[in-house]
Amino acid sequence: MVGDRKKLMSSINKKKIRYFIPLFLASGIIIYTIFMVVPILNSMFLSFYTGEGMSTPTEFVGFRNYIRLFTQFPFKDRFINAFWNNVKFFLIVTLIQNVVGFFMAVLISRKFWGNKIFRRISFLPVTLSVLVVGFLFSLMLNPVWGIFDKILEFLRLGFLIRPWLGSTTTALPVIAIVISWQWMGEAILFYMAGIDGIDEEVLEAAKIDGAGPLAEIRYILFPSLLPVIGIVTILIFIGDFTQFDIIYAMATTRGNPTYSTDLFGSLFYRVTFQSAERGGWGMGMGAAVATIMFLIVFIGVIFWLYIFRMKGLKDKEGA
Amino acid sequence: MARTKKPLLTKSLIYIILSIYAVTIFYPIFLMLITSLKENKEIFTNPYGLPHVFTLDGYIKLLKISNYGIYFRNSIIVTVTSIFFILVISSLASFVIAKYRFFGKRFIYFYFIAGLIVPIKLGTIGILQTMIKLHLFDNITSLIIIYIAMGIPFGVFILTDFIRLIPEELSNSARIDGCSEPRIFYKIIVPLLQPALAAVAIVNFIPIWNDFWFPLILIRSDSMKTVPLATALLYGQYETNFGLIFAVLSMASLPVIIFYLILSRQFIKGLTAGAFKGE
Repeated sequence: MVGDRKKLMSSINKKKIRYFIPLFLASGIIIYTIFMVVPILNSMFLSFYTGEGMSTPTEFVGFRNYIRLFTQFPFKDRFINAFWNNVKFFLIVTLIQNVVGFFMAVLISRKFWGNKIFRRISFLPVTLSVLVVGFLFSLMLNPVWGIFDKILEFLRLGFLIRPWLGSTTTALPVIAIVISWQWMGEAILFYMAGIDGIDEEVLEAAKIDGAGPLAEIRYILFPSLLPVIGIVTILIFIGDFTQFDIIYAMATTRGNPTYSTDLFGSLFYRVTFQSAERGGWGMGMGAAVATIMFLIVFIGVIFWLYIFRMKGLKDKEGA
Repeated sequence: MARTKKPLLTKSLIYIILSIYAVTIFYPIFLMLITSLKENKEIFTNPYGLPHVFTLDGYIKLLKISNYGIYFRNSIIVTVTSIFFILVISSLASFVIAKYRFFGKRFIYFYFIAGLIVPIKLGTIGILQTMIKLHLFDNITSLIIIYIAMGIPFGVFILTDFIRLIPEELSNSARIDGCSEPRIFYKIIVPLLQPALAAVAIVNFIPIWNDFWFPLILIRSDSMKTVPLATALLYGQYETNFGLIFAVLSMASLPVIIFYLILSRQFIKGLTAGAFKGE
């Protein structure tokens, strides 16, 4: 019976020309290639040309755009500034989301009444648009109307009040905290998934051996959640090195005050798509910035994947 | 079992910490919604509590001064159409990748998956030029196409895994009945694929509905604006009119909030499945 079936199958498989295979793949490959792969390669290509506005490339200039970007005023200054801001931004967000996300997930994963509700609540801000969150927090941090300063006064911490988004020292960390607030739910979600994947018996065994909650975190949860730290960090990394919306909403495309919140995303937008009076550098330079961003994200992700050995995690998560 | 014997102190501490967290999550959203229902004067005299007088003035004014209905319609068309095509295109591709052997299969799979770690934003210059050439600049069709391209990697990633798990016996018995391969896809695979399709749709819904970057680059005329673009422009224009501003922000958020409250379980499931997604 089984043999018959096998024979039948192989005869079916052999005699038919599978015309549908390329057909089924075609739409996906075409759209994905033309509107995602080619544009990214095209940006790299354009970075070797001059180009004003959105016209076709005018003149091949080799690495000149890159040389200007790395050595000449004001290109170099803006670029290096955005790079360091982005590194700082990334580090703050990574630290907050991993630490708070980890502990929140550990708390929520305890068995108590209502833990499912907290899991859902934490994810609510993720569904909002970054733009709306940015505008909303700008209003809440507004020195006249904003509730944030009122809360500090209420807590007798009024002496801490400062122009949060108006000072070069506080603006970037404040914006990083806002982004962390919004995306915390995602970190919690991944950590929860990781905790759910831990063998119940291991936890029970630890309990029988007399492990307290801290020992449990240190010897069981933390080591088994290491790959999740990797995933959360990769997502933050990709998101933050192309982040634009939050800067637009809270600090304009110039990264106010005085470029102290300028990230790669806002730099890329300003130099590529705005006129020269508003900080535009022309398309060729914009393409060079995009290419560098691509290389940073790509190399960064490959590096992370290498460190954290994604495979182990993928097997565990099982999708 | 042992956990229920936890000291009361630990348990109340957990509740306290989580309640503080819940307040920090809820209050900003709550503040946005209630402020949008206050009269302009009350926004300053009673900024943080429930309104004494409920009013829809902000919303009425918003509908009067802008074509909000059109922005909303555009956002819905863009989101629904692109998600529909993401599902169709990725399930077709995933089906053949998961179930057949052919030359270059592994390469094609990884070609698609590579899109998960490469932000499409970085191809914006090329996209803009292509759209201008295709006469799709300042047209929501351009947004739809981009979002489809953007959604394919994740769609293929999730659906291929899922289709692999569907037992081959089901397809084989259909083959014995004389079913053609494309019909097997349509009659057997697609019905079983529903939960995975739902996950892909939900995961794509948030970034597509909320996308601000591509409308900002590609859309100019009022009749082509989507909700996020309109939100940004209205905010910039009426920054001092708080009643209106909060109505603008609430209008942009309410659809996703409601959608999330109804489907939060599926949201969380879908996103957990997509732990690898890069966006």
